[in-house]
Amino acid sequence: MHDASAHNQVAHHAPPTSFIRKHVFSLDHKVIGKQYYGLALVAVLVGMALSWLMRIHLGWTNFAIPGLHLLSKNGAPGNVMTPEFYLQLMTMHATIMVFFVLTTAPFAAFGNYFLPIQVGAEDMPFPHFNMMSFWVTFVAFLVLVSSFFVGQGPTLGGWTQYAPLSALGEVTGPGQGSGVVLWAISIAMFCVGQLLGSLNFITTTLDMRTRGMSLWRLPLSSWSWFITSCMGLTAFAVLMPACILLILDHVAGTSFFAPGGSVINDQVQPHSGGSTLLWQHLFWFFGHPEVYIAIVPGMGIVSHVLVTNMRKPMLSHRVLVYSFGALAVLSYMVYGHHMFVSGMNPVSSLAFSFPTLIITIPSTVIVLIWLGSLYGAKLRINAASLFSLGFISMFIAGGVSGFFLAQPSTDIMLHATYFVVGHFHMVMGVAAMFGIFAGTYFWFPKMFGRMMNETLGRIHFWFSFVGAYAIFMPFHYLGMAGNVRRYQAFTPDYMQPLVPLHQFITIAALVTGVAQLVFLYNLFHSRFWGKPASDNPWQATSLEWSTPTTPPPHNNFGDKLPEVYHDPYQYGVESSLGDYVMQASPEQVKTVHDEA
Amino acid sequence: MSQAGMTAGGHAGLMERPMFSVPAKKMAMWLFIIADTTTFAACLVAYGFIRNANPNWPRPFHSITNLALMTFILLTSSLTMLMGVRAAKAGDKSGALRWTLATAALGIMFALLHLREWMTLIHEGMRLFKNPWGTGQFGAAFYSITGLHLTHVTGGVIALVAVGLRYKAGRYNADDLEILGLYWHFVDLVWMFVVPLVYLLNLAH
Repeated sequence: MHDASAHNQVAHHAPPTSFIRKHVFSLDHKVIGKQYYGLALVAVLVGMALSWLMRIHLGWTNFAIPGLHLLSKNGAPGNVMTPEFYLQLMTMHATIMVFFVLTTAPFAAFGNYFLPIQVGAEDMPFPHFNMMSFWVTFVAFLVLVSSFFVGQGPTLGGWTQYAPLSALGEVTGPGQGSGVVLWAISIAMFCVGQLLGSLNFITTTLDMRTRGMSLWRLPLSSWSWFITSCMGLTAFAVLMPACILLILDHVAGTSFFAPGGSVINDQVQPHSGGSTLLWQHLFWFFGHPEVYIAIVPGMGIVSHVLVTNMRKPMLSHRVLVYSFGALAVLSYMVYGHHMFVSGMNPVSSLAFSFPTLIITIPSTVIVLIWLGSLYGAKLRINAASLFSLGFISMFIAGGVSGFFLAQPSTDIMLHATYFVVGHFHMVMGVAAMFGIFAGTYFWFPKMFGRMMNETLGRIHFWFSFVGAYAIFMPFHYLGMAGNVRRYQAFTPDYMQPLVPLHQFITIAALVTGVAQLVFLYNLFHSRFWGKPASDNPWQATSLEWSTPTTPPPHNNFGDKLPEVYHDPYQYGVESSLGDYVMQASPEQVKTVHDEA
Repeated sequence: MSQAGMTAGGHAGLMERPMFSVPAKKMAMWLFIIADTTTFAACLVAYGFIRNANPNWPRPFHSITNLALMTFILLTSSLTMLMGVRAAKAGDKSGALRWTLATAALGIMFALLHLREWMTLIHEGMRLFKNPWGTGQFGAAFYSITGLHLTHVTGGVIALVAVGLRYKAGRYNADDLEILGLYWHFVDLVWMFVVPLVYLLNLAH
């Protein structure tokens, strides 16, 4: 029944020749991966610049930031931001970072580039879906940023867009009309893009593996992308209809999320019967898996980088994979912990508190396997492995504060304070960023055929590492002192003494931000003038290092797909190459760790 | 989806067997169905949430004649779809095309009956945001859920005609028809959740 010739024609989609097909509307998963990386890079610079504006305002409330009025019609009279504009900046910072950086870079960018290569495939099964996935995401980003220049500017509702603030329209504040609609359109489009991506990732992992590549021979990075795409498939499928219902509330007169009898500015709002909690349920059913969508790929990348630099397998490959899976499953059962103070039935709080405490078990197991594997390893120190260690450090430091937030009794006090802000910035923000950096330093030679500068990489690491702690550790103290998040000024007496600490944080944020220029310089300089890289500069074992050329050719492996003979991390063995044997090498070695 | 055949051909034998012996294209359809199930579930849960939150929820439906007819037509279309796939597997190209087009025709009938029902409701004054009987939420929930389903039916009809014709022309094979069948049965299955939750629960006493 199979029409073999038609299949073949598809399988070997010829290298593109036109500029547009090669670099713009490319079907090649490697180009799409790089496009995603570029999008994330632009987005992270925008997001970081927005955070600087907020930090400057928090440190020196009346400081006039030159040119600020260009960003907002009414938000910055005399270049000093209004409280509303502060909230608009915060919302855009968070939305850009969570969606267009933490989801796109470690998952969509690296996953697109390396998942097909690591499983030994020529491409993903649906290249057109893949191309669409990127371009939909790209347009979603443009739509989001465009809200700066439409009407009263972007929405000020925070990245969670809690109703009724998000559902009632312009009357609740600047940007709450067109700003929310653009936000919801952007995020709904983003969902479509990630659904298409997830579809491709799962089918690639399950159906495109080369001969010998059993599931247990997949590298940990591939496992993490696969598990993440399983989460993405169902999480984004809930956020998308939620966004559409929110849009309907704005443009079609429905009241899904707007309760009756709301009085804003002395006007009774023409809504009735909606539920504000409904939005929270729909949003967090997506929102909590999203946290793991951001962090699990980082875990996979860090495991992949560490194991290569430790030169020995992880204590247990399988337990790590099972723990990733447990995180994914549990991530759906804990979402209510974001709603402890939203007026849920106390029994529900309890029901969500238990899985929240249980989810710390797989997290802890993952960390313990990393630490146990590091114990006694002769770790090669380089920028990639340093950032991996930084990831672990941040994940532990940020994770420990999670215990306090997981319990309704303590969360009631800490909710909506800087304690929470510090917690998630460390555990999913900075940690995931460090995962991205580790992946960049590690895979750059394969992606561009040149090495990045090692010294600059280490300088970048130490500034980022110390800087991140200097910024986010004090947040916990601020939170315990009662500093509520999203406040832009410090009028109450008890907050006045906290201002010097805010100033310290601002300086730390600016310095850490400037240090990222070292990374940017390194990235672009190495791209063109870096030392040429060999095919396998790290003496690694997985398939991406077995490609016939560097960067890999259009179909990844040339005329013949590789065949896999070994488990992914055969380090610490004796082979003709040294202390490792590549997955695609038929050489039989004394396998010290075959069980891994 | 024409580029999806890589797993089946090309390097067959050079690759691991597909998981569960399901080739990539069919796997993708199953994954889409999982995602779409979540989407419908979210909408139905939202509907239940809102319904519970509003004591003045209207129950405006008096008759199930039209509903029963629509349901019967949609269920029959699943049967004709099945016959189409069976004919295609047996190599009966024109038979498969006939059954597929019959499925599409039943889909169109369903959509027309559905639209007629919508028109009647609109005529009675039921809008997205208000109706004469009770909370305006009823129209919002009803139109968005049935509208989402109707969009699926419409997309399915277009796909049935397109894939059916291309199958006849030899560009698609029986497997492609079977994969489209999965989608069509899924749309049918969703309707079986919509009927009790959105219609029968809102029958007048």
